[in-house]
Amino acid sequence: MNTVSCSALSKTFHQGEEEITGLDDVSLEVEAGDFVCLSGPSGSGKTTLLNAIGGLDTPDSGEITVGGQRVDQLSRGELADLRLHKIGFVFQAYNLIPVLSARENVELVMQVQGVPVQERRQRSSRVLEEVGLTGMEGRRPGELSGGQQQRVAVARAIVSKPTLVLADEPTANLDSHSAAQLMNLFMELNTQRGITFVIATHDTRVMAYARRLISMRDGRIVSDVQQQPHAMAV
Amino acid sequence: MNVTWVLAWRNLWRHRRRTWLTVGAMVFSNVLLVFLISLQLGSYQMMIDSTLGAFTGHIQVQQHEYLEQQRMRQSVPAAAGLAAQLRQLEGVQAVAARAEAFALASSQERSFGILLTGVQPEYEPGVSTFPGLLAEGRYLEKSDAAEIVVGAVLARNLKVGLGDEVTFLGSGRDGSFAAAVATVVGILHSGIDEVDRSVAQLPLGYFQQVFAMGDAGHSVVIRVPKLDQVDGMVEALRSQLASREDLAVLDWDALQPGLRQAITSDMASAWLMYSVLIVLVAFSVLNTQLMSVLERTREFGVMLALGVSPQRLARLIGVETLLMATLGLVLGILLGAILTAYLGHTGFTYPGMEALNSRFNLPARIYPPLSLLSLLWGPLLVFLGALLAAVYPALRLLSLQPVAAMRAV
Amino acid sequence: MGLPWGSVATLAWRNLWRNRRRTVIMLLAIAVGVWAMVFMASLMRGMTDQMVRNGLQSLPGEVQIHHPDYRADPSVVNSMAPPAPALRAALEAAPVAAWSGRVRVPAVIASERDSRGVTLLGVDPLAEQAIGALPGELVAGRFLESADDRGLVIGAKLASRLETGLGKRVVIMSQDPNNDVADRGARVVGIYRARLQGNEDRFVYGGRTALQDMLGIEEMISEIAVTANDYRHVDQWYPQLAVAAGTELETLPWTELDGFLGTMLAVQDGLSLIIMVVIFIALSFGLVNTLVMAVFERVREIGLMQALGMRPGLIVLQIMLESLYLLCLGLLLGNLLAVATIKPLESGVDISSVASAMEMMGMGTVLYPVLASFDMLMSTAVVVILGLLASIAPAWRASRLDPVKALNKH
Repeated sequence: MNTVSCSALSKTFHQGEEEITGLDDVSLEVEAGDFVCLSGPSGSGKTTLLNAIGGLDTPDSGEITVGGQRVDQLSRGELADLRLHKIGFVFQAYNLIPVLSARENVELVMQVQGVPVQERRQRSSRVLEEVGLTGMEGRRPGELSGGQQQRVAVARAIVSKPTLVLADEPTANLDSHSAAQLMNLFMELNTQRGITFVIATHDTRVMAYARRLISMRDGRIVSDVQQQPHAMAV
Repeated sequence: MNVTWVLAWRNLWRHRRRTWLTVGAMVFSNVLLVFLISLQLGSYQMMIDSTLGAFTGHIQVQQHEYLEQQRMRQSVPAAAGLAAQLRQLEGVQAVAARAEAFALASSQERSFGILLTGVQPEYEPGVSTFPGLLAEGRYLEKSDAAEIVVGAVLARNLKVGLGDEVTFLGSGRDGSFAAAVATVVGILHSGIDEVDRSVAQLPLGYFQQVFAMGDAGHSVVIRVPKLDQVDGMVEALRSQLASREDLAVLDWDALQPGLRQAITSDMASAWLMYSVLIVLVAFSVLNTQLMSVLERTREFGVMLALGVSPQRLARLIGVETLLMATLGLVLGILLGAILTAYLGHTGFTYPGMEALNSRFNLPARIYPPLSLLSLLWGPLLVFLGALLAAVYPALRLLSLQPVAAMRAV
Repeated sequence: MGLPWGSVATLAWRNLWRNRRRTVIMLLAIAVGVWAMVFMASLMRGMTDQMVRNGLQSLPGEVQIHHPDYRADPSVVNSMAPPAPALRAALEAAPVAAWSGRVRVPAVIASERDSRGVTLLGVDPLAEQAIGALPGELVAGRFLESADDRGLVIGAKLASRLETGLGKRVVIMSQDPNNDVADRGARVVGIYRARLQGNEDRFVYGGRTALQDMLGIEEMISEIAVTANDYRHVDQWYPQLAVAAGTELETLPWTELDGFLGTMLAVQDGLSLIIMVVIFIALSFGLVNTLVMAVFERVREIGLMQALGMRPGLIVLQIMLESLYLLCLGLLLGNLLAVATIKPLESGVDISSVASAMEMMGMGTVLYPVLASFDMLMSTAVVVILGLLASIAPAWRASRLDPVKALNKH
């Protein structure tokens, strides 16, 4: 079954008197376990599409189905639940809550889900270890480097065992080394845990990691190719 | 310099809600202050006017020991004549002579010890409101008629009505035995028990006969048109009577010492409350301006780097605060004036006010009068408080270093 | 799914201290506001208490029983019989603490030099003491020794007006029930100073039995004054006294005997509340401002939380909790400050400079602010309730933020 299914999505933004096309009749199917990159220059609509899939933004017309649920028809509360249980997010920056430590950031979602303390502890420790941040659990975001912060974000994104992870320009603020580490992590999670990844980016190094590369321009999909992914040199 | 004002004004509106909330606090306080102070001042005025207007008058001329000791023999010679003389003075509204004595009043069924007052029937209504409070009968007319006017409670206690006779016994000025009979011609009803229980008035001429006063009395009561003319009139009287060492000119403060002090103490507690409001508003302004300064640290760093002096920056904050405070002042005064004018028209009361006010000779419904003083006093203090509150934030600017500032988040 | 109290509470607390300076300033403002609320209420309470207590002493008593015509016509003709067994039983029973039967009639007192109209009180000194109606302090001589005492105790002001003194003879004149003059000579055995000068001038005390003799009324008295040392709840206990006294007699609580006092008490709590609300409104502008600014600065973070799946309700909760912390801290500080400053002042703030004014209003020359936990509780309730109300708007708006716009905020 397809994890994500979009059909004829359209969205127009209004800025003052201007009309900007966000999405123009976009249709897309993503299979479970896919590793997709959405590429394109700024304004191409990749972020808009990502937000639509994640239930953060509603399109003007069209249908979106994620994990069998019609996202475009859910209420705010139901959307929140969807994001809580099924979808993980990694943003370009400001992923973490500054007043919480790395572990607490990771545990936040589990707390909201109602996971008991013991289990929370175990899972957060495990996942932080997976992203290579053992020993840094107690640090606050202000005490971590950019790359480390992103890794905490990833840890948090996957700790709730989502089926889908959406990442919007996750490497934009990172140096090459950290970027490579992050992408390798994504790859690992995808192959070992079967999490579907949809990553919006205009970083060519990142695009290389994708098994499926979708290019967008002016709100439309202009190409959709399968490719052989290759990792960056670390 | 002009740029500072424009910049300051625009800066205020960068954060509309914040500016309005701060101005809102000022307006709220100002409206409250204008209303409360108007109410206060108005009440005091009324309290004084009605207390003095009832019986005491604004000024009295008495024998210099009489106020303290109240002895019959401490009298004012030729009281009526003196009253006539003083009536000619400029600025005087009304003058009346009086005499007082203690006597045992008896009716057919009862006896009571009361304080009798001898009054000049044609002049007394000018200095006292009592003659106007007649419920039955009429006021005294001729100066030597054997008539008496009593308060309603006293009439009830003595069990007398119009036309009944009252006998009284006392001692005259020379210590001799004084006795007489008078007919009740009028009954007074003021609504205040204290008054209705104690008022008993005879015509002065008759009084003087009965109590062997000759032509003397105990006080000459003077009323002036407006309260603020009292001091001037006291001066004039004192110079007029400079040669009379046996007489003293007493203003209402000496006659009713509790009155001024009641007002002072009430003002003190009211001002305690107002101060709290002003301090809270100042805190509000301090908070806002401090935040405003801190969040613009980077921006200020850039301005310093460009060559703007720290003093200019401090002045900017000052001007911003000034503009906000002015807004609060103007709006507050305007709205306060409207509210007070409205209530001044319809009257203001709250449950329980009637009982409280009657104790102080005030009516149950008050119409707060707007005056320049009440309009400006409170708001100006709030204005000053707001300006003061800007000092700390402005001072912080003076020690700002450009590079460190620009690096701030 | 249960609410994640732990994380919401932690988040709220830590977010409070993100901007330390602002939080501290707001805290101080709230503390000052709360202190002011409690202080003003204490002052008012102290003044009212005093006024009432003095008034009660002048009446005296919390409840009085008279002949039905006595109040309108306080003459010897309207005297009442000493308490019948039923009434006596009620007077001896709880919650009555003490009672005193007194003669009170208008009279004239004359010395060699002068005469004055006074109110003559025939009392049993022990009973008077029990109800707390003894006149001020004695400056000369002694008070009455028993109800049979034939001496008189007069006020200092009266003594000076009459130009008489301790040990001197005076004549006291009043009326008997037949409207004949009843008089007697007596010696001044004591001179007192009262808190209220007016009383000093007016009240002359004599032994009850001696005066009953003089007036020819045998055992009759003018009134019974009763106290249960509980003036605030007089409505609860005086009705049973009224029943015991019967319909022949009039039984009234102090609230009706002195309308001014009764109203004063009723109005006091209301006025305190109003003052507290007004102070809070002045504070609320700053509070709302602080909250709005806090939310504004964290828009991105709120967007993040929404993206993570936090329901809008949780976001509202977090911000309201933040506000609650702030309010509670301020309340704690303010109330502590109030206790620290008011307790020492409870022994009296001397304001003798405005003494005469106080007398006009029925108070003494020393102010006793009374710290009541009721006032502190009221201030707490006002601040918490109104504070939370004020926080609803910013909190709600925070939850309504569009996550996309929020996340993209610069």
